[in-house]
Amino acid sequence: MLTFLIRRILYVVPIAIGVTFFVFSLVHLAPGDPLSAVVAGDAPREVVDMLRAAYGFDQPMIVQYLRWVARALSGDLGRSLATGRPVAAEMFAAIGNSVLLAFLAAAIGFTLGAILGGIAGYAQSSWLDKLASLIAILGVSVPHYWLGMVLVILFSVNMNALPAIGIGPAGSAFWLWTRTDWSHAILPAVTLSVIPMGIVTRTVRATVAETLAMEFVQALKAKGLPGHAVLLHVVRNVAPVCLAVMGLQFGYLLGGSILVETVFSWPGTGFLLNDAIFRRDIPMLQGVILVLAMFFVLLNLLVDIVQTLVDPRIRRG
Amino acid sequence: MAAQPPAPAIATSASAATPTRGYWATVGRRLMRDRVTMACALVLALILLAALLAPLIAPHDPFLGRMPRRLRPFGILNSLGMSDNPRAILEHPFGTDELGRDMLTRILYGGRLSLFMGVTPVFNALVIGGLLGIVAGFLGGWVNTLIMRTIDVFYAFPSVLLAIAISGTLGAGIVNAIVSLTVVFIPPIVRVSESVTTSVRTLDYVDAARASGLGTLSILRVHVLRNVFGPIFIYATSLISVSIILASGLSFLGLGVEPPNAEWGLMLNTLRPAIYTRPEVAALPGFAILVTSVCFNLLSDGLRSAMDVRI
Repeated sequence: MLTFLIRRILYVVPIAIGVTFFVFSLVHLAPGDPLSAVVAGDAPREVVDMLRAAYGFDQPMIVQYLRWVARALSGDLGRSLATGRPVAAEMFAAIGNSVLLAFLAAAIGFTLGAILGGIAGYAQSSWLDKLASLIAILGVSVPHYWLGMVLVILFSVNMNALPAIGIGPAGSAFWLWTRTDWSHAILPAVTLSVIPMGIVTRTVRATVAETLAMEFVQALKAKGLPGHAVLLHVVRNVAPVCLAVMGLQFGYLLGGSILVETVFSWPGTGFLLNDAIFRRDIPMLQGVILVLAMFFVLLNLLVDIVQTLVDPRIRRG
Repeated sequence: MAAQPPAPAIATSASAATPTRGYWATVGRRLMRDRVTMACALVLALILLAALLAPLIAPHDPFLGRMPRRLRPFGILNSLGMSDNPRAILEHPFGTDELGRDMLTRILYGGRLSLFMGVTPVFNALVIGGLLGIVAGFLGGWVNTLIMRTIDVFYAFPSVLLAIAISGTLGAGIVNAIVSLTVVFIPPIVRVSESVTTSVRTLDYVDAARASGLGTLSILRVHVLRNVFGPIFIYATSLISVSIILASGLSFLGLGVEPPNAEWGLMLNTLRPAIYTRPEVAALPGFAILVTSVCFNLLSDGLRSAMDVRI
């Protein structure tokens, strides 16, 4: 078990190197000179050369890469080309907002998914099962950016009940835990929650159905165990798989919120990324993607560790 | 794990009376009986047909805008009184967009790009990822390690983030969007192909074939490819719905298809300001994406149970 954990933790190192390499190479994937965003086309040669040296673009690729990684490790992700502010500082402000939205969406999606999936798995082929499966299919099939628009039409335009954009009263960029702030979070959180809801429902349904068909459940029932005690056994067997799926889904929520954040002008990392793309702000783009990807890597590690702790079968394997 | 190979060979005395059917005949029969799957296939066929025949059946020019007619409402009844000319009422049954272009026409034309951009990346990834995965699974050893560890790096990115990172760096455009989505779908397809191939490779009949002197290529062709194709194909079909949503999502962000082309995600984007005045028209392209994506998902589920594939 200990060797498994150590090996799993050490495996993060090559992955992290691969991720940094990929994110770094994005600059060179971009068409044109990376300097074109800061220098005018008719700038004198000396100025261009000076800036090239200042940004380190005159060094060999591998040197540029190592420098970039060394700086990133010390928390310096460079400066935004558009605003001149440090990327790390902008990220720090935005990531809190994104994590908050992801947590709210996860709370809604996972709860609904677990309930719907559990009911569907228990009452297979009943109308409840069909209803839950229909909701799950809609959840995984809906273009969530469109759902966001529809919710805005229904609740903001028609009913005037909930705010359509932003994170708080006009001009606010931070979450303040007031009632207005909560009302701002409802629509984006619900929009973001439909995909994990659908996926968790389908996973829980399949796993519950599979577990119920196992012989040990028959044995438990045969020896006269009451229904709720059998349920406890089923939950213990279903939990590891569902935890793994939920962990991954949480990562997707954080990394995939760009569309929803754009629809609702939610000042999170996705919104930042969107801005960076259209301003061709490469350091910002790299910084956001690097931080989100690293977060996802660590989350995967955490999921694997928790799953190992919960499920003894993996420990032995 | 593997697809069920054609298994009617053993006829027990009980079933000896009924003629045994081939695998694909069984799959076909199961599909015909599955009403939901057949309905989805029908709807998708209609959408595809409408998209292909758009130049013939669309009532207007998809690019012709007329500002005085902009943002006409959806539906015939709502259009009453909008014009003195009684024929004009029937002219735009789905309303018009922010530039006065006919919505029905643009939804029909939009299907061409939306379907193309949704299906192409999955097809590309099926070819590239399937090949890589089968090679990794069949050869094993250091080739497997090299391919699978590289794929692990791409697994460090949530799919939406990866698509946007590549698309955002390369810039807007149809080809760039297809390239980025292809990269997104290769890793999962490689993983599935590798695991399916590995499990088939270690089966007894492959050993038996090798022991009887069959060459590597023949084993690969006869015993491996035929058995791994089903599961890999089914898995790929389950990605089409995500691909369509993501492709339209890129256009929605301004990264995929560029104006004035008609594409459902892009239409949704340009119609966003209209949600306050003509919400039903603004939401229409998204509804088209939803219907297509639901049908692809249900079709994939139906195929999976008909082909009896477990991944």
